[in-house]
Parts: sequence; structure tokens; C-alpha cells
Amino acid sequence: MLKIDNLHAKLEDEDKQILKGVNLEVPAGQVHAIMGPNGSGKSTLSYVLSGRDGYEVTEGSASLNGDDLLALEPEERAAAGLFLAFQYPVEIPGVGNLTFLRTAVNAQRKARGEEELSAAEFLKVVREKAKSLDIDAEMLKRPVNVGFSGGEKKRNEILQMAMLEPKMCIMDETDSGLDVDAMRLVAKGVNALRAPDRSFLVITHYQRLLDHIQPDVVHIMADGRIIRTGGPELALEVEKNGYADILAAEVG
Amino acid sequence: MAETAVLTREAGAADPGLAARLGALDLPAGGFTAAARKAALARFEKMGLPRGRDEYWRYTDPAAFNAAVPAPLQIADSGPDGPLFEDIDRLRLVFVDGIFDAEASDDPALEGVQIDTLAAAEGQADHWAAPVYGTLEAAGHDRVARPFGALNTAVARDGALIRVSGRPARPIHLIHRRADDGADVYFHHVIVVEPGAEVTVLETGMTGARSNYVIEVDVMEGARFHHISAKRAGYQKLGWGGIFARVAAKALFKSFNLSLNGTLMRHEAVIDIVGDDAVAHIAGAVLGDGKNGDFVHDDTVFITHGAERGESRQVYKKVLKNGAKGVFQGKILVKPGAQKTDGYQISQALLLDENSQFLGKPELEIYADDVKCSHGSTTGAIDETVLFYLRSRGVPKGRAIVLMVLSFLADALAEVEDEALREQISERLDAWLTRHA
Ligand SMILES: Nc1ncnc2c1ncn2[C@@H]1O[C@H](COP(=O)(O)OP(=O)(O)OP(=O)(O)O)[C@@H](O)[C@H]1O
Ligand SMILES: [Mg+2]
Repeated sequence: MLKIDNLHAKLEDEDKQILKGVNLEVPAGQVHAIMGPNGSGKSTLSYVLSGRDGYEVTEGSASLNGDDLLALEPEERAAAGLFLAFQYPVEIPGVGNLTFLRTAVNAQRKARGEEELSAAEFLKVVREKAKSLDIDAEMLKRPVNVGFSGGEKKRNEILQMAMLEPKMCIMDETDSGLDVDAMRLVAKGVNALRAPDRSFLVITHYQRLLDHIQPDVVHIMADGRIIRTGGPELALEVEKNGYADILAAEVG
Repeated sequence: MAETAVLTREAGAADPGLAARLGALDLPAGGFTAAARKAALARFEKMGLPRGRDEYWRYTDPAAFNAAVPAPLQIADSGPDGPLFEDIDRLRLVFVDGIFDAEASDDPALEGVQIDTLAAAEGQADHWAAPVYGTLEAAGHDRVARPFGALNTAVARDGALIRVSGRPARPIHLIHRRADDGADVYFHHVIVVEPGAEVTVLETGMTGARSNYVIEVDVMEGARFHHISAKRAGYQKLGWGGIFARVAAKALFKSFNLSLNGTLMRHEAVIDIVGDDAVAHIAGAVLGDGKNGDFVHDDTVFITHGAERGESRQVYKKVLKNGAKGVFQGKILVKPGAQKTDGYQISQALLLDENSQFLGKPELEIYADDVKCSHGSTTGAIDETVLFYLRSRGVPKGRAIVLMVLSFLADALAEVEDEALREQISERLDAWLTRHA
């Protein structure tokens, strides 16, 4: 599904290398987690994969089902099936959540040569999915993320993900700022989306989310690289001992 | 009332531009308006044409307004958009190059309203519009010279005279058409909304090379006036317009102005709150693309609170690209004794490139101690974070920018109370933006 090979990226305007050779492969149907200290480059990886301006790829490659991601515009990556749930979801005053969702869903369908959803069909689907994430009609009408609590914003990200039905879902700290119940809702939403032709890359600092969304593989990122890869037990190890041992082993 | 215009040229200084400007015009003798026209002409001559060093003409060069005749031109159409508000049940009054066209208009009979036209009524020695014609315009010179307002009162031949005594079921739609691309067009509307009455006036269409309009609106006690103007302009068009309103106790005045295209457009609004508990909102959405030549759009607003517990709002949003220039000069004056005034003003520009510019001059002048007044002015570019967020959801860049611009304009558009009207304007904006992406 997602294949990242020796990916190097620096800031466009500064001589600052952030990704220093990331190697990572997420096969179809699997859930991978990335953990790692603050500032290690996890969000940067997610931005570079989804095409945010401001970064320059200096070496390496990234592909989604064989398509060269790095050659595509952000909207083309989305249409190709990539989705990023933002660490800090963005507020868009003046654009209603529903309008936004419908524009996004139909833009992607159009890009893929599919029929656009009618207003009625769209509403039916969105209401159903919103309900399972405990997002009420009020929230759907409000401008995108404006005045939403931290947890509401994160649930709104998952709603977008559920509506867009991407192939490759990257979730950047979707669990941070969630209360216990919201965490369950989000995990439920993610688990409902699990499918043989859909993969997840879950960036997190805590084991908590991984209790609900069982990962197949856990990666540890530090200083712009994946320094260790293991099974779910790796997350438990981090939870218990922090990163010191892992980092020390890497240096040693 | 300010019968004495405040700003006067140096005594005796002959202004050749002024003489040429007047020489090119045909001054109507007037019937019931005769005295007002004469006084306006005197005011105009005394004030003279505006100059770049005048306080409110520093950002906008008045030369093209001052020229004796507009440069001859063939107006390139402003786009494929059809007329606005087509499917809304309304009473249409059509003006061609500023002159009423009865044939093209609806039967002006509408319950709760009396509709006349200036040219037709002019011959009467007395008319209900007489106390208003030129009076509100003249009052608008209290602190700022508005020579083109005075000029209009002196020379305008036609316009709608609308007296509202009830709550007409339909909005009144003033439609402007052009016959002659090169026309220098003047029109002058008088609208009186009597106590407790309510009306919505729509304005759309397009006039010739240069236009000058004045709308005088007298909103009497407890009356409600809604004005939505979405006039079109050819890319080369010049336009000056002034709305002069008097808002009495418990009355409501709301005006929304959409401006697309044009070479040089200036809208002046002078709103006097004269009674307690009155509300006055004025808003503007401007889209300027300098691609087809110059684009300068200037909104110059003056709201005076002369009574207690008045609420005023000025909401102006300008979207500028390809070297377009936006100007906003907005003032709130709170007179002594106008306690509990709530005055708000916001002007914002969204610059879609680095060649465009916005010049803002917000002013507060307050002579009462228990008031709440605020103003803000911002200039910004497209927020890259929001743009990326939208694109990451699959929205193409061009469409994402359109959505962001609409989002930027939302606060101004929100001043249109009627949802159906608001929706149509929003669609129009969307189409324009999509074409100009
Ligand atoms: N646009 C930018 N400008 C300056 N520095 C940046 C920028 N983007 C990333 N960085 C830097 O790159 C490094 C990696 O940042 P990144 O946000 O990817 O870390 P992270 O692993 O997601 O951290 P966290 O766990 O705190 O979310 C940090 O040192 C950060 O300050
Ligand atoms: Mg991060």
C-alpha cells in the first residue's frame, strides 16, 4: 500500500534537514503505529506524504499503490486515496462543515471519474456516520472546526475520514486531547473502517489508543529516521521505559 | 442642517475644470426640485471639484470623475452572468442610461407604496418628495465636502421616488440598463419609509461609461429599510455613488453593496442616526481584478450617532488581485448626548497577490462618555494552512481558494437578511470567483 524509501526532506526556506532517510512499508489491510520523541519528525513525515508546501524532498521516494506520491498535488494524493487526520485540525470560518464535507467528497469522486453524490444521498450518509461519532446536527452546520473543542475537532477529522473512505489513513496524534469516551468513539470509528484494502499509519505518544486499535507493527522514529520496528509489544515497552533505552541502543 | 457647505475653495479662485465640467452638462430648470437644484449648484460651485490633497481624496485620484466628459469607450461586458434576482417575485422599475423606461417596467401599483419617477413628477409645483430631494444630500456635507452629490442633485433628470406607507408584499427592484456605452449617467432616487412601514429595495444592472447616483433615504420612526445593491460594471466603467440616509427613532436601515469589476468606483455613504434606539448597518463586498486594466474601489462611509442607544455596523470586505486597489475610509461620529451608542466597524482586505493593495482609514470621533465603539482593519493573504487543509481533503486548489474567499466575505454577506437573496448573491460571487480563479 504505502512504501517509503530512504526519504529525506528539509525545510524549503532553511537549511534544516528534518527527515533523514525514512524507510517504511505499510502493506494493505495493516495498522502501523509510529511513536517517537517530540520533534523527531513524525508530523513532518505526514505533511511531506500529503504534499504540504514548505518542505523539500532531497532524496528518496514515497508511493501509494505504485503511484509516485511526491509527483502529485495534495488534492491528487487525496483522490488517490491518501488521508491525513491533522494533529491540529484547521478552523475555516464561514464554510459550513456540511458544505465542506460535500465539496470534498464530490471533488474526490469527480477526480476519480465517479458520479457525484446527490444532496439527499450525501445527507443520509453523513448523518449516519456523524451519529456513530456522536457529532450532532448542530456541529454539522457550524463552520468547519470553529469553536469546536479539541476533542470535537478530532472526532470531526474521523468523520471526514469516514466520509472520504481513503485507502491509506494517516492519523497524527488523533488521540491527544481526547477524553476516555471520545477515545473509544474514535477507536470505534477507525475499527469500523478497517478493511483488507485499507491501511492505517497511526502516530501517537500513548499506548492508550493502541489498546483500542490493535496495531500490527510499531515503529519508533527519532531524529528523522525509523530506528526500530517491532510488534505491539514495542509500544508497551515505550510506555513503561520511555525512549532512553531504545535511543541508547541505536547510538550504541 | 448644513445649508452652508463647510469646505470652500479659496475665494474667487476660478476653477477651469469646474467650468468645463458644468459646461458639458445640461442643467434642468426643475419643477418642485427647482430650489434644491439651485442650492445644490451653488454648493457644488463653492466646493469645487475634489483634489488629491483633499482629506478624503488622498487614496483615490478624482481626475476621471472630474473630467468634463468620460473617455469614450466600448464597454467590454463584465461576464456571462445573467440578471440577478430573476426568480424573485418583485416589482421591476427599469432605467435606461438613468432614464425611467415605463414600457420595460412593471405596473408600479403595489399596495403600501406610492411610486413616482423624478422626470414625470418634476412638473408638479409640489410633491411629497420635495422636502427630501437634495435635503439629505446637503446635510451630508456637514463635515466632508461631497461635490459629486451636489452635482447630482443639480443635474439628475430621473430616478425613482418611492414613498412606503405599509409593508409591500414584494421588493422593489431598480434595474439599470445601458443604451449608450459612452453615456455619462446621473440618477437620483428618493425613498421615504413612513413610520412603521417596511420595504426592500434591490438594485442591479449596468450603466454606461460613467455614472453618478444619489439615493436619499428617510427612514422614519419604527420603519425598516433594506437595500441590496449588486450593480454590474464593465471593466472600464467609472462610477461615483452616494447614499444619504436619515434614520429616526426605533428605525432600521440596512444596505448591502456588492461590487464587481469597474475601473474606478467610489461609494459614499452618509448615515445620520437622529432618533433613539435606531439601527444602521452598511456592508460591502468588493471583488477586484486588475487583469483588464485599472481597478480602484473606494468606500467612504460616515455614520453619525446623534441619539441614544443607536447601533451601527460597517462591514467591508475587499478581495483584490492583479494590481487592484481597495480603499476604505470609515468614520463613526458620536455626538454629545448620544449615550449607549454601539458602533462597530470592520474593514478587511484579502490580497490574492503581492501587486494589489488596500488602504484603510478608520476613524472614531466620540463626544459622549458612555458608548461602545470599535473598529478594526486587516489586510491579509490566503492562509496557506487552510488552503492545504482543503486540498488535503481533495478540494482542487482553485476551488479551495474560491471557498476561502467566500468564507472571507461571509460576514459582509450575512448583512443580507433574506436567505434567498443572500444565496443568489453568494452564487453570483462563486461564479465570478471561479471565472477569475
Ligand atoms: N515549518 C517548520 N519550520 C521550522 N521548523 C520546523 C518546521 N516544521 C518542522 N520543523 C522542525 O522539525 C522538527 C520535527 O518536527 P515535527 O513536527 O515533525 O515533530 P513531531 O515528531 O511531530 O513532534 P511532536 O511529537 O511534538 O508532534 C522539529 O524540530 C520542528 O521544530
Ligand atoms: Mg507532531
